[in-house]
Amino acid sequence: MHETGIGKTPVLELQNIKMQFGGITAVENFSLDIKAGEVVALVGDNGAGKSTLIKIISGVYQPTAGVLKVSGEQCTFSDASVARELGVEVVYQDLALVDQQPVYMNLFLGRELTTGPFNRLDRKEMLSQTQQLVDELDVRIPSASATIRDLSGGQRQGIAIARATHWAKKLILLDEPTAALGVAETAKVEKTIQSLRERNLAVLIISHSLDQVFRLSDRICVLRQGKQIGIRETQKTDKNEIVSMITGLG
Amino acid sequence: MDQLTQLATRINFKQYVVYIGFLLIFLFFAIVLKDDGFLSTRNLTNIILQTAPITIMAIGLVFVLSAGEIDLSFGSIVAVSALVAAVVMNEHSMILGILAGLGSGLAIGLFNGLLVAYLRLPSFLVTLATMGLFAGVARMLTDLRSVPVLNSTFTGIFGSGSLFGIPSLIYWTVGAVALGHFVFRETKYGAHVLALGDNARAASVSGIKILRMRLSVLMLSGFCAALAGLLYAGRLQGARYTLGEADLMTVIAAVIVGGTLLTGGKGTIIGALAGSLLMGMLNNGLILMGLSVSDQMVVRGFIILIAVALSLRDTNH
Repeated sequence: MHETGIGKTPVLELQNIKMQFGGITAVENFSLDIKAGEVVALVGDNGAGKSTLIKIISGVYQPTAGVLKVSGEQCTFSDASVARELGVEVVYQDLALVDQQPVYMNLFLGRELTTGPFNRLDRKEMLSQTQQLVDELDVRIPSASATIRDLSGGQRQGIAIARATHWAKKLILLDEPTAALGVAETAKVEKTIQSLRERNLAVLIISHSLDQVFRLSDRICVLRQGKQIGIRETQKTDKNEIVSMITGLG
Repeated sequence: MDQLTQLATRINFKQYVVYIGFLLIFLFFAIVLKDDGFLSTRNLTNIILQTAPITIMAIGLVFVLSAGEIDLSFGSIVAVSALVAAVVMNEHSMILGILAGLGSGLAIGLFNGLLVAYLRLPSFLVTLATMGLFAGVARMLTDLRSVPVLNSTFTGIFGSGSLFGIPSLIYWTVGAVALGHFVFRETKYGAHVLALGDNARAASVSGIKILRMRLSVLMLSGFCAALAGLLYAGRLQGARYTLGEADLMTVIAAVIVGGTLLTGGKGTIIGALAGSLLMGMLNNGLILMGLSVSDQMVVRGFIILIAVALSLRDTNH
């Protein structure tokens, strides 16, 4: 159904990633390739190591061992800004939005546009780019100058995804993007995620909802207690198999 | 039409509390004190001149509060900087005195900032401690003696002088407010201060160097307090350890009444100016009414309480 981008260089490659905290191994021998235009889901129970992996890919943690490549080139994400510069954006579970600021300031948070000899904030330009983007992604908000505090959960999630989309050149990490949303809002956000595929971005999504994982993903990667249990193509597996991989039962 | 209703809900009563309060108190004094010279140009100018140091400290505090921190030590910084400036000026030169005064404010701000940003101590406790610490230092510096400042160039620029018929303290006030407003509203720095105070984690994952920001707002507050110290020394033609001692409550009240949130993420420099002038006018009017010092304190306390309650009355908080 979806083009899986076979034959292209993966935008992100993880090879034998290992992460230890003191004597505890949080993740071991984890390997995964993600190609442009592909949606990969990362599933596993609480404590399986998903958050640790997200933090490694976003540059918050440096892995104890293993290789990380972006577009075929090996790199070290020494902090979150390096990952961002290489085109990796994260939509955090708490969204990381600034509530009392307008939508457009959030979209450009930390990367504000300036103009003129005194480097004034270019509010006009930020506003118009934001408006264009939320229109393209069909995030329905009153206006790009609305304050985040006044928006609904789904609208906020939409803004967080729009921000990642605006800046991501390669990969977007989505951490539980619909955990706090109702049915209609979830459908809306899933539609937005589908549209990222058309922008030729790679998407790595973490979700507890297997229904959602099956609706959105091309491949499913299962973690259990820090170990990689396996990767399945979504079309060639079913929920029973994934559940037994997650739980280790059956 | 839709935009009109949106605008109507946006216009929020509490944003204008400071201006409404300002107007009401002004009208009250204008009527009650009309025979006591409240409305005379001389008295009104005096209010602005007396308020200049308060306004400048308030500007620094807007940045600190908006960043989600607090500074309680600026009153003590005022005294230390004024004394250092006066002593150095009398022994060396005016320029060195000014630099030493401003430098000591920056240094104390740096000290506060390092403890808050890098040792991760709460700014409330750090500056509560340094408030006492530097009040002590101010007393030690000259053994409780006041130091006269006789350099007329200095007292002209920082105090009683005027240019084109306009008192220098008005230039300081207007200049500081304009610069503060520009930096706060129009630059990345101001935007990052607000982001930090609103959601430090979001600011951090967006690449904003939050530790450096925390350090810088406390240094800015120290600098503003030092400048306020110079203005006091210029106007009073001398420095004394008591300078700034009574300003803590006044400045915090001015900033909060002006519309800056104590919880961070939202602030206004223009509001702080209005709040400062309101406080100055209150002081002036109560004195003209002939109230005793203790009565003034009680009345002022109540008015601040009402104003703060009104400006914070918000269902969202």
